[in-house]
Amino acid sequence: MNVLLKNGRLIDPVSGRDESVDMHIVDGRIEKIRPSIASSSSMKVIDLKGTIIAPGFMDMHVHLREPGFEHKETILTGCASAAAGGFTAVACMPNTKPAIDDASVVKFIKEKAKIALNGLVDVHPVAAVSVGRKGEHLAPIAELASAGAVAFTDDGDPVHDAELMRRALEYASMFSKPIIQHAQDLPLTKGGVMNEGLNSTTLGLPGMPAIAEDIMVARDVKLVQYTGAQYHVAHMSTAGCIALVREAKRKGLKVTCEVTPHHFTLTDDAVRTYDTNTKMNPPLRTREDVEAMKQGLRDGTIDVIATDHAPHSFDEKQVEFQYAPFGIVGLETAIGLAITELFEQGVLSFHQLIEKFSANPRRILHLPEIKIEEGERANLTIFDPATEWIVDVQKFKSKSKNSPFHGHKLRGRAIGVINNGESAWANG
Amino acid sequence: MPLKSKHLLGLDGMPKEDIQLILDTAVSFREVLDRPIKKVPPLQGKTITNMFFESSTRTRLSFELAERRLSADVLSFQSSGSSVSKGETLKDTARNIEAMKIDMVVMRHSAAGAPHYLSSVIESAVINAGDGGHEHPTQALLDMYTLRERVGKLAGLHVCIVGDILHSRVARSNIYGLKTMGVKVSVCGPATLIPRDIEKLGVDVYHHIDDVLPKVDALNILRIQLERDAGRLFPTIREYHNYYGITRQRLEKAGREMVIMHPGPINRDVEISADVADGESSVILQQVLNGVAIRMAVLYLLGTR
Repeated sequence: MNVLLKNGRLIDPVSGRDESVDMHIVDGRIEKIRPSIASSSSMKVIDLKGTIIAPGFMDMHVHLREPGFEHKETILTGCASAAAGGFTAVACMPNTKPAIDDASVVKFIKEKAKIALNGLVDVHPVAAVSVGRKGEHLAPIAELASAGAVAFTDDGDPVHDAELMRRALEYASMFSKPIIQHAQDLPLTKGGVMNEGLNSTTLGLPGMPAIAEDIMVARDVKLVQYTGAQYHVAHMSTAGCIALVREAKRKGLKVTCEVTPHHFTLTDDAVRTYDTNTKMNPPLRTREDVEAMKQGLRDGTIDVIATDHAPHSFDEKQVEFQYAPFGIVGLETAIGLAITELFEQGVLSFHQLIEKFSANPRRILHLPEIKIEEGERANLTIFDPATEWIVDVQKFKSKSKNSPFHGHKLRGRAIGVINNGESAWANG
Repeated sequence: MPLKSKHLLGLDGMPKEDIQLILDTAVSFREVLDRPIKKVPPLQGKTITNMFFESSTRTRLSFELAERRLSADVLSFQSSGSSVSKGETLKDTARNIEAMKIDMVVMRHSAAGAPHYLSSVIESAVINAGDGGHEHPTQALLDMYTLRERVGKLAGLHVCIVGDILHSRVARSNIYGLKTMGVKVSVCGPATLIPRDIEKLGVDVYHHIDDVLPKVDALNILRIQLERDAGRLFPTIREYHNYYGITRQRLEKAGREMVIMHPGPINRDVEISADVADGESSVILQQVLNGVAIRMAVLYLLGTR
């Protein structure tokens, strides 16, 4: 690798830099960053005029589906999807088969990820809180952490039992690992397939009330206060939940949270066509909730944008709404939705947007900070914030195409990623 | 004048002219049902499939009879449980049947939105014969027809739907249809059986039946699903009957004549007392008869479109 990036706008919230630069990268290492660098015949020159060079983006909430559900996604196709979407790192969720509840599964995923795309995308497994994600017995958290698990969650399901959650928080805190909660009170959402409200009433679909999410987070905040442990709310969707996290942060508790692009973009009005690609858990909520997400992003309550990339095969979603699995793919539309819905609408600056895609997830998971300096390894995401494009799911690198954004016009998309001496570019 | 839509999926959003057209068309078919020879030829050569993925006696028989009275060829099947539990998807089932060259599908399904999905994967016209807790458009049409026949008009009337509104497709279709036709609609039932935000559909909500009875021109009394609801959604059948059951005594106390409707099958002396069900204000059997006429009208309008 001997690449000269010309005329990119470097925005690095860590160093505070925001300037037009040329960057010379050799064998995955940043050789030089200067206002202008002369090219030589040995260099591959890439003109990045109009684009932004940022520290590599991380999606801390991805379902890679391997092992067990390789017809939906594999570690390889998931990494390709991440790279195409502008991510150099993902954290993958443990609802695989078998679940990531044993060190051998963590090692398997890390081995596979190393071979996939030669390590272009770093894959950080998030292991299960409980054995088999059954919510009964603690998984071997110490062994899992030693094998490389960066956090613990039973995602897909909540850690429902308060006592188990308390023990998980206490135990994981010995290794400085956060517990990530899929916040959902199960009896309140039994049978539910969409947000409860006017739309569920009109459509005759069983509802999942927003309070089911709020109640679980309220309980967990008490447990965090009691244990002093680190806790992260996954894919937050309700205004009530944001208020709880805001209050917890004000008290100085180690509570963080993430929001998905679909939860800051769509409301449950999208379900009115019974399109199964609008079915996810937590469900799409109301306009007030979407506005609360934006406010939470703006005021810093929401630390991270993560996609909850949840691939399902075409046929699995080609059924009656009630029988369809929850979840949509998100890696390849995340930057476009963030720029369209957040930057263009004045919710976030580029600087803030980059923090929520890069520095913040890494900080929460205690991963090393990315430094964009001469002599450092290049871990970069390059995106074009201005180009308009139409989402075409058939062009996704992901094995699955289950996105409600097919046909949507978005502004902004990933141009390329560089990491571990490898690179991928949108136009070859 | 044809219907605006190729399918009959629900009454939500259906224009007033279309509802009017169906009700008016049903009048002539209702007259056919009084003739000695009750068969007419408009759907001769058309094939209609009745796909019932949920058990049903009256709706299925009503549709079949309507189809035969219009001289259509009829294929019916009933399968308990979902298509998923059989191992074949709804899409595959429907496409296989369609491959045999049929013209229309009448479907009953336990999942809300199933007919909407079906209409997106097959070419034939789809008639919704009840989808989960969503809609049952022909039931609401026959309810409106019967009410209009009995009172002489719809606009300006006040109808109260009583019972389990939460799970009821009959309630939803009635709300959409009646509102479109200028009827005031109230719902009454225990708070646990009233779906969230229903007042935003423009209906008044009552929890005490005696508060609403003196105000209404008609009651549409819903069947209580004994096996599903008792215990969690209301304590006991006895308590339900005592607080929401429509009895002669209760109606007399209200001091007002009202039309008594019920989509059937009735639980005698649960949601409705036997003397009310069989009384002179009851139009329950007329509803059944008019159901055939309404379904003939819908099949005719969609089948000859």
